[in-house]
Amino acid sequence: MVKALKDSWNSRMGVILAVSGSAVGLGNFLRFPGQVAQYGGGSFMIAYFISFLLIGLPICWAEWTMGRYGGQRGFHTTVGIFHSILRHPAGKYLGIIGIIIPVIIYMYYVLIEAWCLGYAVNFLAGNMNFERSEDAGAFFASFTGVAADGAGMGFSGISQVGLFLLFCFLLNFYLIFRGIAKGIEWFCRYAMPTLVILAFVVLIRVLTLGTPDTDHPQQSISAGLGFMWNPSKVLLVEDSVAEGGEVVTTSTPIFGGDYIAEQTARAEHDASVRIEKLSLWDQLANPQLWLAAAGQIFFSLSVGFGVIMTYSSYMSNQDDVVLSGLAATSANEFCEVALGGLITIPASVAFLGVLGISGALGSTFALGFNVLPMVFAEMPLGQFFGFIFFFLLFLAAVTSSLSMLQPGIAFLETAMHINRKQSVAILGFITGVGCLIIFYFSKDFKALDTFDFWVGTFLIFVLATIQIVFFSWVMGIDRGFEEAHKGAHFRIPRIFGFIMKYVTPAFLLVIFTLWLAQNLFGYNLIARRAESSSYYNDLFGSDPNPVAWISVSVILMLAGFVALIVNSSSHYRKQSHAAQIEDSRGGILK
Amino acid sequence: MSFGGWITLFLSVGTVTALFGWCIWMVFRTSDHTRSLRDVQIRHRGAPDED
Repeated sequence: MVKALKDSWNSRMGVILAVSGSAVGLGNFLRFPGQVAQYGGGSFMIAYFISFLLIGLPICWAEWTMGRYGGQRGFHTTVGIFHSILRHPAGKYLGIIGIIIPVIIYMYYVLIEAWCLGYAVNFLAGNMNFERSEDAGAFFASFTGVAADGAGMGFSGISQVGLFLLFCFLLNFYLIFRGIAKGIEWFCRYAMPTLVILAFVVLIRVLTLGTPDTDHPQQSISAGLGFMWNPSKVLLVEDSVAEGGEVVTTSTPIFGGDYIAEQTARAEHDASVRIEKLSLWDQLANPQLWLAAAGQIFFSLSVGFGVIMTYSSYMSNQDDVVLSGLAATSANEFCEVALGGLITIPASVAFLGVLGISGALGSTFALGFNVLPMVFAEMPLGQFFGFIFFFLLFLAAVTSSLSMLQPGIAFLETAMHINRKQSVAILGFITGVGCLIIFYFSKDFKALDTFDFWVGTFLIFVLATIQIVFFSWVMGIDRGFEEAHKGAHFRIPRIFGFIMKYVTPAFLLVIFTLWLAQNLFGYNLIARRAESSSYYNDLFGSDPNPVAWISVSVILMLAGFVALIVNSSSHYRKQSHAAQIEDSRGGILK
Repeated sequence: MSFGGWITLFLSVGTVTALFGWCIWMVFRTSDHTRSLRDVQIRHRGAPDED
């Protein structure tokens, strides 16, 4: 049997920091707060914690366990790990998805990482003193090149993203070249505590802001916290007549007993104004809330990426994967709920009001790169705190992007029998070409968006489903738990056996179906009618988008390249032979 | 912020903070135990393979 634990973690804390670093990213500080505020605070959190127990934790434990199981047999990616579990060539071909996902996501994630670093440096240089939201929008458009293809490809100075992208790209490959312990673990050991300290500094600043402008009492930290966390909402609904005579209705959440009483009194005398209340149960009845909460848990924990399996494959049987998995997961949840949940929205509402940010809640980019620069521009010592915030986003992004490279590196080294230098060169070339395509086709972020849809969402759903089915049905719950409990200091509660076997796959399937119906086929879950879907029309509509097709072609070419290597590699044939010997002896786990 | 909002905030933040704190405490508490167990194994079996 192949035994290849050449590279490994130095300490348990190292692997926990690395996995939590992989999970903690922009989603914790930008996407999560936007989703909570958009879908109604307390009700969203109920759906969020239920999803955590039914999807997040089960898949996380399954990944940690299967990763170490494969690692003990000399495999560090989903290709070999699935093959060793399924004991059929189909396993290694299904595992290709676990190579494609992190490699493709790295191609666009490193670009977003460069934006974060660029914003941090520009804050430090004093270039971000925006007075109007249009100025912040113009800077973002010019920096990222969203207006036209090729518009962002500049390398002259800090007002363009090119130099930052080059730096980030080289930094990631330098760290990955140094290996698991000297590169990834070393960086995460310093970056993760630094990130948390920086987040606390920004958090203290935000929570002590009070009401920055006393002329606007609705713009306060208290109102921001209310917008974020109140389980029920009081809405001020106003009808106004537009220029064409059309009646436009706006709906704004309002806070504060006095202000609500004042607006209620106004509604009694003004027919164009009314007060509506949305209870906790009204909001929980919204299927989109459940879809959003499950999606947030799913993507936030980095389950279904193939990264956790690669990281845990470098652990030994004496290491505790149950505790390590829970620790990494809880670290991510802490950063997301306790830090991200208290910074972004309260600060934004305190300076811009609920109306000022409501349009940006559904978009991570709009909230992070348009709204927040405006917030820091208006905040006392905003230049310093803006730098701190975007630098912490940069650190979070690096710890995530690093993890995306390791499966590709491990795959090339084991499947092609090449050394670290050669694997870094090959992966550097592949991701470099992909990154340039995304960098050039920047108009409306079409390339980035297409990659994110098909790989960063669709394939992740597919891989997560395969993972939980492999753990629960192929390995079996009893064998899976036996494997998980090797070296464990506490046992996974037995109820999770039932959850992992029946509830998680079923819940995942429902969420995946709803997501497909809504995002690919354009089915409106609220109105219950079919609408047009840009992702479908870009590829199969009457006027297909060439950039979308180029992006999908890149994904397919990468899949073909990986499949060719898998097919010709002797590494997996040896595994088939080893599995046959194991089976003839009654199997390792029996 | 309403009373319900404060409850939601403290329950959510409190839960994840307590879980994170417990995990970190367990990791530090058990790492010494794991190390001593490994030492015993190495003394009995010799050094692990370096292949």
